[in-house]
Amino acid sequence: MSTIEIVTSLAYLAAAVGFVVGLHLMNSPATARQGSRLSSIGMAIAVAATVARLADDGGITATGWAVLGGGTLLGGIVGLRSADTVKMTAIPQLVSIFNAVGGGAAALVAVADFVRIIGTHDPSFPSRIMVPTALDVIIGAITFTGSLLAAGKLQGWVPGQPLVFPGVRVVNAALVAVMLGGGGYLVAGSHSGWVLVGVVLASLGFGVTMVMPIGGADMPVVISLLNALTGTAVAMAGFVIDNTALIIAGALVGASGAILTKLMADAMNRSIANIVVGGFGTGDSAVSVTAVGGEVRQISVADAAIQLAYASKVIIVPGYGLAAAQAQHEVAQLATQLEQRGAEVSFAIHPVAGRMPGHMNVLLAEANVPYTSLKEMDEVNPEFPQADVALVIGANDVTNPAARRAGTAISGMPILDVDKARHVIVIKRSLGHGYAGIDNELYTDPNTEMLLADAKAGLGELIASVKSLDA
Amino acid sequence: MTSNLLADISIFVLSLLVGFEVISKVPSTLHTPLMSAANSIHGIVFVGAMLTAAQAHDTVGYVLAFIAATFAAMNVVGGYRVTGRMLKMFRRAPAPPPRDSTAGAGEGTTSP
Repeated sequence: MSTIEIVTSLAYLAAAVGFVVGLHLMNSPATARQGSRLSSIGMAIAVAATVARLADDGGITATGWAVLGGGTLLGGIVGLRSADTVKMTAIPQLVSIFNAVGGGAAALVAVADFVRIIGTHDPSFPSRIMVPTALDVIIGAITFTGSLLAAGKLQGWVPGQPLVFPGVRVVNAALVAVMLGGGGYLVAGSHSGWVLVGVVLASLGFGVTMVMPIGGADMPVVISLLNALTGTAVAMAGFVIDNTALIIAGALVGASGAILTKLMADAMNRSIANIVVGGFGTGDSAVSVTAVGGEVRQISVADAAIQLAYASKVIIVPGYGLAAAQAQHEVAQLATQLEQRGAEVSFAIHPVAGRMPGHMNVLLAEANVPYTSLKEMDEVNPEFPQADVALVIGANDVTNPAARRAGTAISGMPILDVDKARHVIVIKRSLGHGYAGIDNELYTDPNTEMLLADAKAGLGELIASVKSLDA
Repeated sequence: MTSNLLADISIFVLSLLVGFEVISKVPSTLHTPLMSAANSIHGIVFVGAMLTAAQAHDTVGYVLAFIAATFAAMNVVGGYRVTGRMLKMFRRAPAPPPRDSTAGAGEGTTSP
């Protein structure tokens, strides 16, 4: 082993330590920034060591340096600009795009390696290389188009509803056959570039048909799953080029994505397979509307303000509707106002609130709500019976008591026990359905009053109304 | 099976286990920054793109290396930047109750 090889190996080890310790520091908001910085230092060390190795080795051509420099500059600028300008409501899209390009890059590393080997005089493909090559190309290409499509759905460029076209199963079966058959053929020792092209195209297509039928409400699961797949693709790329840094980092990301996918699926009481097969809210599950029949009571802004102003414990339940209305700053202002009047205010966050895991927490953090006021479902549920008022804004299915009964579309889904609060005020634009397409029994509960208004406008009026009580 | 491959597989499996162990302790408050951080970590594929560029000696190789380097650089640079931007917004409750609206020193502002 030459000196430079030892140095790069140690540098990769240092990078891996940085990633692991960095992720470990993310277990508390107080140390998370430090963790992110440590992880980026690890990354810088790995990149610097690789530059040194390339320079020392001398195998890279001048064109190679130019190609590398140009690509880095271009990608770096695009990455920086999008990271600096993205709105916090659009974070899921950006994370999906970064995920897509990461998966694409991983697939390209294996493709380039394959193309280089078939260009040599005596191409030989030990299965030690070809198994990870096939896996990397398949998984990387699926995440590339899958994540781009997910980003398009989140951005609204592609309709968010589950899209199913006739014969999709046949198409999927054909794509899987090409992917696996072609992959197997390559592993068996084929030298054909065309087989590889076929596998790449089939995988790109499968990424599209996989995400297409998945509805907007399932996006947190899909994004987590695609994240796990990218990690796996990067680890496979590490096997192809025999690089431990890629293997370790890829495995860490794969594990992280897998955990988040499981958590999200559990929070919706659905299996991952069920979500990927799709069809939630498309009418394939018999919607049994066992409407309890009760009447919906409305409340005026003035009355709602009085209830809130004289409550000693208020729990606010924000959902995606709050973010969609860009009302996170108003809700933070209302919370501060109530706190200054002496009330104890906390936010109850359902795991799937928002469009990716933990999205609502970021939106509220942006609006200066301290993370100490944000409570997880298990932590806050026992507190609802002591709450004078539960204020529900833009959340629907995650508050529906029907989930506790069998026989509804959301049966068994863990929910926030909003109906146990003494009073419930729901700010909602109209009496429409949630994603699950069923009636929310919370709205007809005798303790519930509805404030029919747009989240942002309604909160603005509440703030003004509470303020006038001070005067 | 070479000993090299066996070592790689061992590293892969152990890293998966370390990942499960470390990440299951992350509170749901930080799940978005966590995913974004994990996203930047798989930007390590940039190292792979560099090694690809080093091996390239023809047009196809250069084109593939260029796209891989562009994608990977975007992933790694943007990923860390946006993770940092998000984490900067997380603050704990002010110890004494704030008297005035001087608390809005963070990135977001309290009111329009």
